[in-house]
Amino acid sequence: MQKRLANWGNYPAIASEESSFTQEDQLRNFISSNHELIARGNGRCYGDASLGKHSISMLKYDKVLQFDTEKGILETQAGVTLDQILDIIVPKGWFLPITPGTKFITIGGAVASDVHGKNHHVDGAFSNHIIDMDVITGNGETVTCSPTQHTELYWATCGGMGLTGVITRVKFDLKKIETAYIKQTQIKAKNLEDVIRLFEEYKHYTYSMAWIDCLKQGDAFGRSILIVGEHAQPEELSDKQRKAPLTLPTKRKLAVPFNLPSFILNTLTVKIFNWLYYNKNLKREINNVVPYEPFFYPLDAILHWNRGYGKAGFVQYQFVLPLEHKDGLVAILKRISDKGWGSFLAVLKVFGNQNSLISFPMEGYTLALDFPVRKGLFEFLDELDEIVLQYGGRLYLSKDARMKQEVFWKSYPNAEKFASIVQQYNPDKRFTSLQSERLLLTK
Amino acid sequence: MASVLILGAGSDMAVAIAREFAAKKYDILLAGRNSQALVPLQQDLQIRFNVKATVHDFDALAFDTHTAFYKSLPQIPDITICVFGYLGEQEKAQEDWQESARIIHTNYTGAVSILNVVAESYAASGKGVIVGISSVAGERGRMSNYMYGSAKAGFTAYLSGLRNRLFHKGVHVMSVQPGFVNTRMTQHLKLPPVITGQPEDVAAAIYKGVVKKKNTIYVKWHWRYIMLIIKSIPEGIFKKLKL
Repeated sequence: MQKRLANWGNYPAIASEESSFTQEDQLRNFISSNHELIARGNGRCYGDASLGKHSISMLKYDKVLQFDTEKGILETQAGVTLDQILDIIVPKGWFLPITPGTKFITIGGAVASDVHGKNHHVDGAFSNHIIDMDVITGNGETVTCSPTQHTELYWATCGGMGLTGVITRVKFDLKKIETAYIKQTQIKAKNLEDVIRLFEEYKHYTYSMAWIDCLKQGDAFGRSILIVGEHAQPEELSDKQRKAPLTLPTKRKLAVPFNLPSFILNTLTVKIFNWLYYNKNLKREINNVVPYEPFFYPLDAILHWNRGYGKAGFVQYQFVLPLEHKDGLVAILKRISDKGWGSFLAVLKVFGNQNSLISFPMEGYTLALDFPVRKGLFEFLDELDEIVLQYGGRLYLSKDARMKQEVFWKSYPNAEKFASIVQQYNPDKRFTSLQSERLLLTK
Repeated sequence: MASVLILGAGSDMAVAIAREFAAKKYDILLAGRNSQALVPLQQDLQIRFNVKATVHDFDALAFDTHTAFYKSLPQIPDITICVFGYLGEQEKAQEDWQESARIIHTNYTGAVSILNVVAESYAASGKGVIVGISSVAGERGRMSNYMYGSAKAGFTAYLSGLRNRLFHKGVHVMSVQPGFVNTRMTQHLKLPPVITGQPEDVAAAIYKGVVKKKNTIYVKWHWRYIMLIIKSIPEGIFKKLKL
């Protein structure tokens, strides 16, 4: 049955035939009897990567297969979401090795995007923590791959946006924790220079990121709040928290009930929000212990927050620039603040070094911004792409709904190699998405 | 520990039911045509909910194996939930007896065969709960799915009779009448969202219904009234409709 599908940004939306399955042989039959397929998890990527003519919903392939509570190893089918995993592992003293800013993604999606978290500079991306995984490739064969077996398939699947096949099973390492809490420090930075200095100063912290005000001009250009944290030790908890250190207090969830009119988000409201957000921290530095949820997933507390951008939807723009080119950051932020199209959620973070074939991270600075879809936006983003290219950076495919194909081929140094591995495992272009067609990866 | 037997454990609805009861700390006996295929669900239930789960080979259409199947179970389950069913293709069934037979035997004969065995066991011990998942399609035959509907109608009548009989033996029988549910069985159909439930809704309603000893439950609730209206249309008018 044709269904309207869109990912988290509500842009683009397409009509797609969606099928789900609970058994591997059902999936295999489906793959061998259909073309133009793409696996789809929980639809939380921002772009068009998991949108295609036939989408394979992975959400019912969601069984947890093994949990070694001694060694901290979890094995699951690919459709299990991170929030379900956290419910299982946190009470037993384990945490996800890597988590992005939402827990409502599937494990398969985490691999296909090779997600990164606030700890990239210390722990790398998700691909650094996989023991092995199964992929059903274009000829319907299940191939087990890992950093030591079928390595080409492995590296082309991590960050490969589903083009090598359907990821069905993943076995990965967990991180030991003593409590479900984070000891966090928030430090206000007066401007961009200040926050970059702070990132350097606080780089020994496991988790770090900064919220940045991208509309502020003049002396306070790039004013930010750096947020760093560590998993809290039992003795750092309050008496009440220490009674059940691995259990979080239950909280009510809020939801945005429908698409808000798009005029609600304008330069003025963003400026007001940014002012409030920056000035809510009265002191320069705040130290406290918070549950892991608001630290890692502040936006998950508001269900359907994407509706806040209205019916036209939004795109997220996330790029990375190599460490030596942080001046490019100034150039891009300047363009954005001049344009006045800042977003509520501008997030700056440092990446560590990473060996990657097609994964997004590289050592340097990454900035993520939301832009509501409007007239002139894509032309403006094309201009930003030029600056990113000029400084040797690239864009995150999981957030991309509009990049021109030449930008992709110029910015990902292993694009040719990746395409040839995709060709090997997906020779009939059976797996193809709006994104891969746009980027000429499966055309 | 109390336990639940799920007959036809391979479906989406069965997964949701198994998780609902496992979350309430029931041990789960999973029975299906291919018990090997149920192992991932077995592991999932054990890891997520710290309960015991076992898998068992059960074929609804192999009537003569049903007694042996029930005897082979490691324990007498406190609750038996009959989930299996087969929607089939109405048009194909009109021309092809094999398809009709499969629809009838899966939804009616097979269910009767196994529940007879369970009923005798529960009647003898004077306790137990039987839950049968029938369908609103059984409440009035319609041109678009009367093969499935008539088999489910038979099953609904069976459950009501069984409830009547076993009430006097201290055994409770609950009929479940789901309307549209988003499952693999219906994924090719266009279903109106407001009156279409999720498998998790059915599972939650079953658990609540069992606790409250309900006789017949509808999921979603609208369906009780929708069917009331459909049933009250005079036959002279009804037959002219294309439903």
